[in-house]
Amino acid sequence: MPNYELEKRKFVIGGIAVAIVLVYILRLFALQIMSDDYKKNADSNALLKQIQYPARGTISDRNGKLMVYNQPAYDVMVVMMEQKGVDTLDLCQSLGITKEFYEKRMSEIKDRSRNRGYSPYTQQLFMGQLSSEEFCAFQEKLFRFPGFYVQRRSIRQYKTSHAAHVLGDVGEVSPADVEADDYYNGGDYIGKLGIERAYEKQLRGEKGIQVLLRDAHGRIKGRYQNGLHDTQTVPGKNLTLGIDADLQALGERLMEGKIGSIVAIEPSTGEVLCMVSSPTYDPRMMIGRQRGHNHLALSRDPMKPLLNRSIMGQYPPGSTFKTSQALTFLQEGIITTKTLYPCSMGFRYRGLHVGCHAHPAPIALIPAISTSCNAYFCWGLYYMFSNREKYPTVQDAMTRWKDYMVSMGFGYKLGIDLPGEKRGMIPNAPYYDKAYRGSWNGLTVISIAIGQGEVNLTPLQIANLCATIANRGYFITPHVVKEIEGEALDAQYTQRRYTMVSPENYELVVQGMRSAVLHGTCRGANLPGLDVCGKTGTAENKGQDHSVFMGFAPMNNPKIAVSVYVENGKWGATFGVPIGALMIEQYLNGKLSEQSEKKAEEFQNRHIEYGEQER
Amino acid sequence: MESRRDSRNETSVWRSVDWLTISVYICLLAFGWVSVCGASYDFSQQGDIFSFEARSGMQIIWIGTSLLLGFVIMMLDDRIYDTLAYLIYAFMLVLLFITPFLARDIKGSYSWIKIGPFSFQAAEFAKCATALALAKFMSAYGYQITRWKHFLPTLAIIMVPIILIILQKETGSALVYLSFFLMLYREGMPGSILFAGVSAVVYFVVGVRFEDVMVGHTPTSVGEFTVFLLIFFFSLGMVNVYCSNSSLVRRILGYGLGIIAVAVLFSVFVIPFDMSWVVLAVCVAMVAYLVYLFLRDRLKSYLYIAGFALGSLMFFYSVDFVLNQVLDDHQRVRINVLLGLEEDLAGAGYNVNQAKIAIGSGGLMGKGFLNGTQTKLRYVPEQDTDFIFCTVGEEEGFWGASVVLLLFLVLILRLIYLSERQPYTFGRVYGYCVMSIFLFHLFINVGMVLGLTPVIGIPLPFFSYGGSSLWGFTILLFIFLRIDAGRNRIRRF
Repeated sequence: MPNYELEKRKFVIGGIAVAIVLVYILRLFALQIMSDDYKKNADSNALLKQIQYPARGTISDRNGKLMVYNQPAYDVMVVMMEQKGVDTLDLCQSLGITKEFYEKRMSEIKDRSRNRGYSPYTQQLFMGQLSSEEFCAFQEKLFRFPGFYVQRRSIRQYKTSHAAHVLGDVGEVSPADVEADDYYNGGDYIGKLGIERAYEKQLRGEKGIQVLLRDAHGRIKGRYQNGLHDTQTVPGKNLTLGIDADLQALGERLMEGKIGSIVAIEPSTGEVLCMVSSPTYDPRMMIGRQRGHNHLALSRDPMKPLLNRSIMGQYPPGSTFKTSQALTFLQEGIITTKTLYPCSMGFRYRGLHVGCHAHPAPIALIPAISTSCNAYFCWGLYYMFSNREKYPTVQDAMTRWKDYMVSMGFGYKLGIDLPGEKRGMIPNAPYYDKAYRGSWNGLTVISIAIGQGEVNLTPLQIANLCATIANRGYFITPHVVKEIEGEALDAQYTQRRYTMVSPENYELVVQGMRSAVLHGTCRGANLPGLDVCGKTGTAENKGQDHSVFMGFAPMNNPKIAVSVYVENGKWGATFGVPIGALMIEQYLNGKLSEQSEKKAEEFQNRHIEYGEQER
Repeated sequence: MESRRDSRNETSVWRSVDWLTISVYICLLAFGWVSVCGASYDFSQQGDIFSFEARSGMQIIWIGTSLLLGFVIMMLDDRIYDTLAYLIYAFMLVLLFITPFLARDIKGSYSWIKIGPFSFQAAEFAKCATALALAKFMSAYGYQITRWKHFLPTLAIIMVPIILIILQKETGSALVYLSFFLMLYREGMPGSILFAGVSAVVYFVVGVRFEDVMVGHTPTSVGEFTVFLLIFFFSLGMVNVYCSNSSLVRRILGYGLGIIAVAVLFSVFVIPFDMSWVVLAVCVAMVAYLVYLFLRDRLKSYLYIAGFALGSLMFFYSVDFVLNQVLDDHQRVRINVLLGLEEDLAGAGYNVNQAKIAIGSGGLMGKGFLNGTQTKLRYVPEQDTDFIFCTVGEEEGFWGASVVLLLFLVLILRLIYLSERQPYTFGRVYGYCVMSIFLFHLFINVGMVLGLTPVIGIPLPFFSYGGSSLWGFTILLFIFLRIDAGRNRIRRF
């Protein structure tokens, strides 16, 4: 007899079955339709994107001399599953490593917390960047080490030991780089300093991707959809620099044993002809396996050789700054060529004294530039800042003054195509209001007229001031890269930037600078036939004064504007003028005369004793 | 005339056989073969899927022989099963018993017997034998499941193969036999036993999962607190159902919750203490009160409910012991991973995580036949056996996977319908056994792939690669179809 009460239980059982299937379908819906995560996960799981590295662009100087190129290096790879039974002693000897290093590397590779992509079936990096010689020695014995492979990579190589700061270097990407740009993966190389970094996008090219299928053990199982999704590599673009390799080499020679900088600019284009920062280092130290070790040593050196002083050093410009003051006073109508100011061994007024040296007085503008008279420019600033007809308050005068300075490229970054540029310092009215609580006048800040006090410029800004004078009123933002293969330069490196001063006034300053070379402070730069114009500077300092020089040549249609800054070099004429003159001669003549060569040797060997102080 | 009709009925089972079930069976086999192709296909070898070198080729052999087996079963007399049930059962027990002595160690289990080039798993066939034995025993005249005299031997028929299979270290296959309780429920086993079973699972999951989670700043384990509260509620629910005394329920509920509420407030705002002790005390007090009511009213239900509550408490305290002392390490890890206590994606959680990635990557329409990347590249372990459902999910997508699940649902519901139309208990019991086994396999296998049930290695019927399981399920199903096909003839006799 069927039991009808119990037969109803079929609904309970059927209900359970329906409920289970329903829950599972909902779960499927959640996994397959609602969430995208698992799909992404699957792709990274099964598809191996094998990256094909493009050749990085090369770098040559303005005359087409190769400076940076690529050279092959060899990584030793190991597949853990296959490497069993290798004679470790033999291997260590062949690679020139110790047994401890071998064991340390092996355990590092297997440590999944450090080596996240570890698989015993795939190639793991055992030792990076063997040189060609090391590779050849190892290659001969490779057959004895099953499971070990050699992979070719390309690394940077430098033709000479020069221009390390400009060229920069290439190193492994940091986690932050990977985070910031999707292009990079761990282990990729990226430009770290200099133009390697600034022009990373152009130099690196485009990686190609080969999409491969791989199984759970990481073994390659063929190409995904016959290479439909693969992309080709695009080689990096080659760069041509404005740098003249010979000029750079001479500059570095002359700056040996001194701290400071030489910057030369072609005034008509804004191209940087040389950028020397001393002390420097050999860029070849920054390649290969020693990079980490050498970089650490350099970064710990108290002389700070890694610092590119040309754009990162902020120095008082000293008397070179007087040219900018002359331009400002002329343009504002404070002075004319006929204006005479007194000088009795300096500027004396209401108990204030700014020293000067012996020269005829009272003095007009051009001889004032020529002899670098402090008093003249102090008077100029004093009359400007106390001119209440033109400027209702001293703050207004200050603001006007500051605007002139900024228009000449001071106080802000010029925008050179190198990373790490500093802006220097041009004080403004609020700055002094804060410093002196509102009670200040032209006398309080008088030292800014002679490039002392709060004023700081980078050597690049001094060179740019010189180039602006050479151009009689405009400059083009200085840049080291002259040409990018198949790509136009950034518009800012071709546009003229005019200052607030008219060309006629520039002409007067040019005459002053020419006069300085002919019968003033820069007589050492008087090169026959080259029509050099110059201005010395002796920047006051807590210790020995800094030696500064800026000059350009020829006077008409100038080809080079140079600034020299030698820390603790005493007078501008001691180091600045002769070094500047040698640089100009080298560039304009293409070589040094015999006599100049002797002089260059002498300066190369004239070292300055620097104390142990922190720099 | 009469004899001609008779003889036609006698010989032609094909008229009375349930073609719907056979259609679903064929569909599942076809789907299953496609999945095995997908799961065992190797991109690099680009092999022929029909080659007998490949598993997809071998599966064709298993499918062919299964169909042949089904045909043979349909041609045999349906009455032999009733007659030979005990003999088959005894034979299978002997086979199960000697298996560990003959078998070699395969992944820690000793369940495969090797004969020539083939090996088979006796446990796959023992299910069928056990179902027949149960059907035979429970269809005996005067059998009453509610009588201990009858119920205990029934349990024994189920438990003996379980123990033998556990000795082979095949815990997963052993658990399948628990599905027979669903059949027992249909046959009149009190629902409270099923309820107690479900309660045990709930206590276990809640207790272990939330053991280390604390209520607010008090030293109260959420797991313990909730389990005690559940015991309290379940017991009261049973009082409500079996004793029809709602005023009593309301009274106990009021007092109990009142005390617990005061304790919670005191613990949270005044002095933090372990509140689970209070709930435990309430439970114990309730048990004592129920025992008192039994003594007063002589109503046995009170005693049973008190026993249930007490048993629940004892069960809960023994869970910890079982987890740490009885279960193997790998089983404990699997449980912990399932409950979310351990996140070990490279270890025990790897299978499940990879399975979820594979399924999830299928999307709505799937990647297409042989286009799955996850399963083919061997990210999912056991991809063509226990984790075969991944391939369905990845290659056929949400639609394909849903269709497969719905096909199984149709099969299961159809089996319930067929079982209910059996004129004799033997057929009905056997039918429910078959249905329960399919349901359990579906529940556990698909559930583990979807990360909803523990990873217990049992195959998905008609999908997982392998001759033993396919033959086992085919024999199980076709014996029932044969019995069903003979229903009309039997009735006329």
